Amino acid sequence: MTRAPRRAAPSRPSDALSREQKLALYYWMRLTRTLEERLVALYRQTKVVGGLFRSLGQEADAVGSCFALESRDVMSPLIRNLGAMLVKGATPVEVLKQYMAKGDSPTRGRELNIHFGDIGPAGSTRGFLGQISPLGDMVPVMAGVTLSFRMRGEDRVGLVYVGDGATSTGAFHEGINFAAVQRCPLVVIIENNGYAYSTPTHKQTAAKAFVDKAIGYGVPGLSADGNDVLAVYDVTKQAVDHARSGGGVTLIELHTYRRKGHAEHDNQSYVPAGEIERWAAENDPLDRYLVVLREQLGVRDEEIAAIDARVVREVDEATDEAERSGPPEALDALIGVYADPPAESPLWFRRDATDDTYGAERPEGWGTWNSGSKA
Amino acid sequence: MSGASTGTEITYLEAIREALFEEMARDQNVFCLGEDIGAFGGAFKVTEGLMARFGESRVIDSPISEIAIVGAAAGAAHMGMRPVVEMQFIDFIANAYDMLTNYVATARYRAFLPCPMVVRGPSGGYVRGGPFHSQNPEAGFLHTPGLKIVYPSTAADAKGLMKAAIRDDDCVLFFEHKYLYRRVKDVMPAGDHVVPIGQARIAREGTDVSIVTYAATVWKALEAAEQLAADGISVEVLDLRSLAPLDEEAIYRTVKKTNRLLVLHEDTRTGGIAGEITARVSETCFEWLDAPVLRVTAADIPLPYAPPLEDYVLPQTADIVRAVRRLAAY
Repeated sequence: MTRAPRRAAPSRPSDALSREQKLALYYWMRLTRTLEERLVALYRQTKVVGGLFRSLGQEADAVGSCFALESRDVMSPLIRNLGAMLVKGATPVEVLKQYMAKGDSPTRGRELNIHFGDIGPAGSTRGFLGQISPLGDMVPVMAGVTLSFRMRGEDRVGLVYVGDGATSTGAFHEGINFAAVQRCPLVVIIENNGYAYSTPTHKQTAAKAFVDKAIGYGVPGLSADGNDVLAVYDVTKQAVDHARSGGGVTLIELHTYRRKGHAEHDNQSYVPAGEIERWAAENDPLDRYLVVLREQLGVRDEEIAAIDARVVREVDEATDEAERSGPPEALDALIGVYADPPAESPLWFRRDATDDTYGAERPEGWGTWNSGSKA
Repeated sequence: MSGASTGTEITYLEAIREALFEEMARDQNVFCLGEDIGAFGGAFKVTEGLMARFGESRVIDSPISEIAIVGAAAGAAHMGMRPVVEMQFIDFIANAYDMLTNYVATARYRAFLPCPMVVRGPSGGYVRGGPFHSQNPEAGFLHTPGLKIVYPSTAADAKGLMKAAIRDDDCVLFFEHKYLYRRVKDVMPAGDHVVPIGQARIAREGTDVSIVTYAATVWKALEAAEQLAADGISVEVLDLRSLAPLDEEAIYRTVKKTNRLLVLHEDTRTGGIAGEITARVSETCFEWLDAPVLRVTAADIPLPYAPPLEDYVLPQTADIVRAVRRLAAY
């Protein structure tokens, strides 16, 4: 292959994306939304045994940002970054099995929802690190992941997501400060979606903008419209390139909006009337991107319909596969707290217990002890 | 300072340093991270000379950020590194409690993430350090599945357990007793001296009463045993060395031998490890006991500064002597 003659740098990084890549951005956003819609259906059928977290309206910020990473790079998502995980190689069937607490889910039923990962050497791992629930904790951990890249001279970059709420934690502050001082190749994205559970951003910080915090850490700060997938890609690519070239940390604020509650149970009573509807009507990231695809790339309706059909087919197949899996074996609970010993011993009162010992004992039976009824 | 101390006695502190030198030389993935540990050599000089030998990239001076130190160690450990991080005083490990208990301790179980790392730091009282430079925070971590805990009492064990901790594939909390740093010495065993985690040590053999303890109070127990021997009471002292995993078999063996047990620790009483050991002995060795299991511990009081106050709160040799006499007479 001959090298193309050097041309003026494109005005924005996304100009260098091919038509195929730009269609891929749509595919990942549509897959995120359709997969979550499927999860809602499964949740209502009580097949999702725990809570359900949506990223409706935030698909562009997750997908556009993660699309700026190379396969060898490592990303740590937050609860609204299903799209980023899919881009990094997590599969719908893994996500479905996690939510449905299957024995062959990525965490074998130990963890919930999108709390799972696959990190290690470049090439043999997909490069996403499972989050934990205490917010901000993944920032110091990703500082360490990227510190290891620097120490070993590996050409790899890290990306960590936090929400507006997590910026108030000590872990966020310590982690970004540490990474900045150590010049770790790390991009920190604050997804400002307006609410931390029910708390609006003006009760979270007195700062005018979250990106203003960058100055205090001595790192570049960038912000973008989080519902414009190409703008998100542009700003993240700039930060990723900066990190890869040895420039260290960049803090990015993406402006978006959380259209669903914190989790599926949340009735959003704290949201001013009309706000959700306005974002849905005027600022949906998929609707906005479809306009770009049609008007600027000349993408035809049949092409869009084909992608949508592919997504539905993939989610259907993944659902069928996930539903075929069973729950974990109870005794698997004892395995793998430590490398050594490899398993814990059953407590003495469980040593000769059988499945029959517990019979139909289930949480739903609690509270029936004084009503005379059997669970 | 960095060479092997072959044949000469070195202190508990020097033994830890020798282990760090040997392990960093043995394995490129081992690195140190903490506050003032590099150019300055650490508040107690445990890491003195490491930066000169191994360079700034492997001996990293961090900001005052216990959450970030522990979190970054975890992230690096996931990627194959073996970090050894210092809490300048172990009291400050409380700042990293979330990171250790929620993140590190659960990593292998919930996500199959290896987290081979050591969190070490000067611990314990008897040094007039006041409420924030004297603590023994081990019990809270013992309560957390997924962490290993060691707390040596001798220089040889300090070295051997540090080497074992660095080589362990899980997170090990390595408590160093600062009273012992420069007061106890050993000639280091020759060769690659590794003390397996999870094995207690008989510090003194005896037949009448057992004292199960660890860290600085091992020496108080030995002092008490010496005094009691003059009265014809033979005391066995078991030095636990590791608290998680706990060497239950060694505890049960000494109980079945003497039939009388005193559990002794410097940590406060309520919720302390002595309660756990007492419960296990009660569940397992009830018919072997000729007396109730007794505890000698610190009082449930933040550790005060003034010598009369600190001495009153912490367990003293005379307390141990009184407790053993009561057990022997029961």
